[in-house]
Amino acid sequence: MTDYADSGPATAPTAPAGLVAGALRMGDYWLTVLARTWKGGVITTFVTPFFYVLALGVLLGGFVDADPATLEGASTYLAFVAPGMVAAHAMTIAFADLTYPVMGMLKWQRIYYSMIASPLAPSHIVLAQLGWVVLRALFACGVFLLVLAAFGVFETVAGVLAAWLVQGLVVLAFATPVLLFSLSIKGEESFALIFRLGMIPLTLFSGTFFPIGNLGPVLEKVAMVSPLWHGVDLTRMLTLGELDWGMVAIHVAYLGVLAAVCWWLAIRKLAERLVS
Amino acid sequence: MISARGLRKSFGDFEAVRGIDVSVRPGVAFGFLGPNGAGKSSTMRMICCVSPPSGGELRVFGMDPAKDGPKIKARLGVCPQEDTLDVELNVYDNLYVYGRYFGLPRAEVKGRIDELLDFVQLTDKAKAKVDDLSGGMKRRLTIARSLINRPEILVLDEPTTGLDPQARHVIWDRLFRLKQAGVTLLLTTHYMDEAEQLCDELVVMDQGRIVAHGTPLGLIQQHSTREVAELRFGVGEHEALAAKVEDLAERIEVLPDRLLLYSDDGEAVIDAVHSRDLSPVATLVRRSSLEDVFLHLTGRTLVD
Repeated sequence: MTDYADSGPATAPTAPAGLVAGALRMGDYWLTVLARTWKGGVITTFVTPFFYVLALGVLLGGFVDADPATLEGASTYLAFVAPGMVAAHAMTIAFADLTYPVMGMLKWQRIYYSMIASPLAPSHIVLAQLGWVVLRALFACGVFLLVLAAFGVFETVAGVLAAWLVQGLVVLAFATPVLLFSLSIKGEESFALIFRLGMIPLTLFSGTFFPIGNLGPVLEKVAMVSPLWHGVDLTRMLTLGELDWGMVAIHVAYLGVLAAVCWWLAIRKLAERLVS
Repeated sequence: MISARGLRKSFGDFEAVRGIDVSVRPGVAFGFLGPNGAGKSSTMRMICCVSPPSGGELRVFGMDPAKDGPKIKARLGVCPQEDTLDVELNVYDNLYVYGRYFGLPRAEVKGRIDELLDFVQLTDKAKAKVDDLSGGMKRRLTIARSLINRPEILVLDEPTTGLDPQARHVIWDRLFRLKQAGVTLLLTTHYMDEAEQLCDELVVMDQGRIVAHGTPLGLIQQHSTREVAELRFGVGEHEALAAKVEDLAERIEVLPDRLLLYSDDGEAVIDAVHSRDLSPVATLVRRSSLEDVFLHLTGRTLVD
């Protein structure tokens, strides 16, 4: 039994000086979450990529004896599919981190409400959460790329480094719309919908495992709307060293605009949910 | 510390707060008493800068929540009605990450956590997961968290709702100590005993309006008699019997399960009832409470 102590050093609590300063105040929150969850992440980060490369790239790919001209310049199927799997991995992380966890923070544990009671604003919360998923995706995709490098599927170091950094943009292009979706729905039942009708078809038909030209002229145009196709094609150009700068610009612009618009909308949606 | 003039809050067509005037001075424990739906929580949310007022003027620390929300929130402590703890983190980490939101240095946050855990008697639970705590412990942890920034005003929305009596008394004791330490308390409650125990000053809210304002004792003196005689008759008899005893008291309230006779001498009222050959199943004489004030002002009971 002690009385309320007001002793010790007393730094005055403050409002954050800016957007980044506010988001950085949440760094310790996300590190604490990492300290709690990293064990579960080890399998998905290190083991799953290796299984995919082995099963789809090496064992299934061993049956694929295609002319490099039909594989967008890749000398083997493994070299073709590797960058696709990296970009799809970045997308998967966005879906995993911004669906159920967001619902938990909003509805089940209401942690967002505790955050908004502090001097932090929705813009800080969103920046910290997206910044965290970018770091997580860069780490996971970095490991994935290292695994792939051992199979000798990359052309240049600079290309691989660029492909790695591009995953930050790829993950954002998915994290922002998924966050917006998660903040907009009432119950978690809707997640089954975006996993089945969103993530899985995107993974299968965005040029990850075969060139979208194989879909035929009409469906090929449809596939070009897929953000994952832009991510896959961009990553592939970089790892294969077959750069078409015009297409690079289109891919970066498409992913960037998508991320920026959904980012802005997600902040508005979070504010709408928390402040009323 | 807080001043509101003609403060309003509407949600579509529904008016939750219909123009209230409130002034809270430093160091006071100020209560908002009222039933569910009276507009207490809406008022709290406006003060906590998470709900823009629909009309009127609101100042907290002399600042406008619409413009200086973050600056105000830096100096407030908020203990919400529903716990918003991270149940997957342990007790210590819940406090630690929260302290960082206020821009406090890591070492200082750690020092404060030790003090606060001691204050809310959770030191030996520091490494326990929140999920494993009892309801009362969670509440105490939420209070500790709301104190991490050494707030000038601590806002508590229904601090003991849902807790068992023993846990409530522990919370009251802690809040009383905070009050003694000079922290301004702002609390909502629909428990009259909580308001009587903790509040120096309170407003009674009903349907979005303030219907009375004063000290707990002052309100009782102003709106009720010293004592209340409660008479319990058979089911359904109360309405009919009221006419036979109403002249015995200054005022009478008919509830579905009993009659309340307001008088400065309750025992004399009971004696007079018996002398009229009426035989209540049970009788009780007690002092008037805020419940009676509320009943008098609104014609309804606080807790349904």
